[in-house]
Amino acid sequence: MTTATMEHRLGSVTALPVGEGRAYPVGDEMVAVFRLRNGELRAVSAVCPHAGGPIADGLIDAEVVMCPLHQHIFELATGCSKTGQPPLKVYPVRVDNDELVVGLPA
Amino acid sequence: MERLVVIGNGMAGARTVEEILERGGRDRFSITMFGEEPYGNYNRILLSNVLSGAEDEAGIFLNSLPWYAENGITLRAGVRIDRIDRFARTVHADDGSVTPYDKLIIATGSRPFVPPIDGMRNPKRGYHQGVFTFRTIEDTRGMIRYARDHERVVVIGGGLLGLEAARGLQQYGVAVTLVHAAGHLMNSQLDAQGGAILRKSVERLGIAVELDARTNAVLGKEKVEGVRFADGRTIPCDMVVVAAGIRPNTEVAELSGLPVERAILVDDHLRVLDEPDIYAVGECVQHRGQTYGLVAPLWDQAKVLADHITGRNPTASYHGSRTATKLKVAGVDVAAMGITAPEREDDEFVVFAEPRRGVYKSVIIRDERLVGATLLGDVSKVGFLMQAFDRGLPLPEERVRLLFDLGGPATEVSAAELDDAAQVCNCNGVSKGALVSTVHGGVKTLNGVMDATRAGKGCGSCRSLVAQIVEWAAGGEVEQDPSAAWYVPGIPLDKPALMTAIREHGLKSVSAVFDTLAGGKEDAKSKMGLVSLLRMMWGDEYEDERGARFINDRVHANIQRDGTFSVVPQMKGGVTTPAQLRRIADVADKYRVPMVKLTGGQRIDLLGIRKEDLPAVWADLDMPSGYAYGKSMRTVKTCVGSDFCRFGLGDSTALGIAIESKFQGLESPAKMKLAVTGCPRNCAEAYVKDLGVVAIEGGRWEIYVGGAAGAHIRKGDLLATVDSPAAVITLTGRFLQYYRENANWLERTYSFVPRVGIERLRALIVDDTEDLGEGLDSRMEAAVGAYRDPWKEGQEPVVPGQFRTALPLRSLPLVPVRAGNGAVTGPVPAVGSAVAGPSNGGAQ
Repeated sequence: MTTATMEHRLGSVTALPVGEGRAYPVGDEMVAVFRLRNGELRAVSAVCPHAGGPIADGLIDAEVVMCPLHQHIFELATGCSKTGQPPLKVYPVRVDNDELVVGLPA
Repeated sequence: MERLVVIGNGMAGARTVEEILERGGRDRFSITMFGEEPYGNYNRILLSNVLSGAEDEAGIFLNSLPWYAENGITLRAGVRIDRIDRFARTVHADDGSVTPYDKLIIATGSRPFVPPIDGMRNPKRGYHQGVFTFRTIEDTRGMIRYARDHERVVVIGGGLLGLEAARGLQQYGVAVTLVHAAGHLMNSQLDAQGGAILRKSVERLGIAVELDARTNAVLGKEKVEGVRFADGRTIPCDMVVVAAGIRPNTEVAELSGLPVERAILVDDHLRVLDEPDIYAVGECVQHRGQTYGLVAPLWDQAKVLADHITGRNPTASYHGSRTATKLKVAGVDVAAMGITAPEREDDEFVVFAEPRRGVYKSVIIRDERLVGATLLGDVSKVGFLMQAFDRGLPLPEERVRLLFDLGGPATEVSAAELDDAAQVCNCNGVSKGALVSTVHGGVKTLNGVMDATRAGKGCGSCRSLVAQIVEWAAGGEVEQDPSAAWYVPGIPLDKPALMTAIREHGLKSVSAVFDTLAGGKEDAKSKMGLVSLLRMMWGDEYEDERGARFINDRVHANIQRDGTFSVVPQMKGGVTTPAQLRRIADVADKYRVPMVKLTGGQRIDLLGIRKEDLPAVWADLDMPSGYAYGKSMRTVKTCVGSDFCRFGLGDSTALGIAIESKFQGLESPAKMKLAVTGCPRNCAEAYVKDLGVVAIEGGRWEIYVGGAAGAHIRKGDLLATVDSPAAVITLTGRFLQYYRENANWLERTYSFVPRVGIERLRALIVDDTEDLGEGLDSRMEAAVGAYRDPWKEGQEPVVPGQFRTALPLRSLPLVPVRAGNGAVTGPVPAVGSAVAGPSNGGAQ
């Protein structure tokens, strides 16, 4: 059985600068979407499980994001922490017609 | 309800009653206390402060009269108990009253010991009118009154009490001679050499000291005219204070047939021997052959007694106290514990003496355990010694470490000896056990362990202990950490090699550096350091990539635990104006700023600003950024200097403002806090700044570098003394530029200066032995010229959504709103550690 996914449109991808992240409210969730330097997108839950830090404000590279509050590190592809914290949630994200589209469980 | 009677309202009696009340004693007992003195209860130890005028009488009271009423205690102050009838279970007072008890506590304390001296007492009239003991408030008042119109006082007794009396009496203009029967001062706490050094310190205070002097007569019939010693010598004086020690006050107990040797005999529950309903506590008891004259044992005894008498813990028992004293006696710091001299042939005795400074330290070690220690003049190590003495901790192999902190971290306990549960990193709460299991799990490099556990990633002060533990846990198989020398973890080059490569390839952006020097592999942890380095190297030519910046540098404010930001406008030298204050106040009102706080760097911090409000806040403030968020020049703290201060030797305020104006916002490997102070009184704390300037007599200025007063505390090293503000600014620029170019990422000046060495820095920067000066000056000028107030970005964001909130659904701020009265209102967030790692900690 697969879980149904609901797609949400988050506006123009140009509002998301390369190398940075922005946070978006999606339903009751907060999603941090990042645009990597190679153009790929990543979407994870926007609140650090350690102390509630704003993940979208974190520094990223091609693999990880680092929470700005206490430097906890999470893999963007899996959400797993490399510093012993509970994981972030990971969401599918793509560009459609210049618009960001993120999928959340329905 | 049972009737509890307490004889004695001194520190022991009152403390015991407090402990009993704490254990619900009020519901169980109706309490009556008898005290000979007609007051509540006061701290007898502080009488020497009252004598010296350092404290007034009111300040030493522990429990005032209303306290007794509030706690349902009947206090019979000024009433003395003459006799206990232990068969009728009553106490008989000197006012004729008889009070029944179910339980009785004797806390009669001590009385002064007065050696037999001719002429001191008239059998009919009591003490000679110029003779005093030193035990009560009444004694103290009498001494003060009498000393005021007399000239020469002899204090008999060179122990603690005598020294305090001598020092205190000096305040009243009397010449003081301290007379001691033994061969050295404080002979029950100090050995002879320590006593000799204490004597020097005491004499320096203007107190004459006579040793081996047994006083056998007070001379003078009507008034005191002098004292005579056993060897026939006499000293003229018109006042005598006897402070020759104390003796347990056991009169009532003896008269009432209770067992008394040197003091009242008690068992481990503090019960008088063979008396199930009578307890005794404090200086009047003898427990397992010991009597005590210090307060610490008294606290221990009071607890045990209270546990037992209330039935809270019927098996509570007292096993004696190991006494350690730490006090200031006659202005000299003294700490003593255990034995004062080696007793056995193989006792280790380690001694350091520096008589000129009045410093003396000794420790006695037996079977690897500390059995005695004496510290005089410098008691900085007393904390560890007391613990080691009390708990029998393992001692450092180099015994000298017991007496001094020898550079490096204060790791009194070696890695092997630490308990597994011991917390090593106090910022991130990492235990030794966690470090060890990480190593055993296969991580064999220091950085690897630090990454995995985050130990050492808070303030960093535990790093060397972490290194020791990793080394120990790996059993000497620590793998060399090649990355330890790299400037940032993602590029395998140290700082000089990295700078050379950047220059050779003309790399002006962070991504260019990754592409050229790291095979295109980005590293999040390296970005912040690279941004700083590239901006330092290229100034205006640096190609900015916003994503490479830490959030603070993206939005020019310091992120707080709830994701809001702190805004600190520039306030050069800590000088502000009414107009600025009004604007700040208006902004605080308009944006409902939850806390407005003065910073340690003499500025005003507006905390709890939402990211999206930052541009508007800056526009309304219309003040430049204070850079309280960056790895950059933060502030120049100043004192009021020569314009207003009557001690000021130089215009520190103007110089501080000039320095801040010149070097504002300059990025650097770590934050830089500066200060200029107008005289060596150092009100602006210039000695503990990255660079501190001190005005000295003669229009000259001292420049100190490498100071710190954060997680590490270090006094800066004197770089140079110059004779003009212009020279200060030149050398400041040169030093800062040299630091910018040569320090490792996040290496504060307190590490950098000792690493390079102050002599070498002086040669390079002041004497310009390698002709670096001109280059440093011109590169610094270029950097200064490239300054732009980052808060101007508020008017025109650099990237889309630069100031968009990253936490849109939460109601911010989450940090509680603090009203002016300190009360906390509003929601309290559930968050963990509040210590930022390599980010920016406190605003300055």
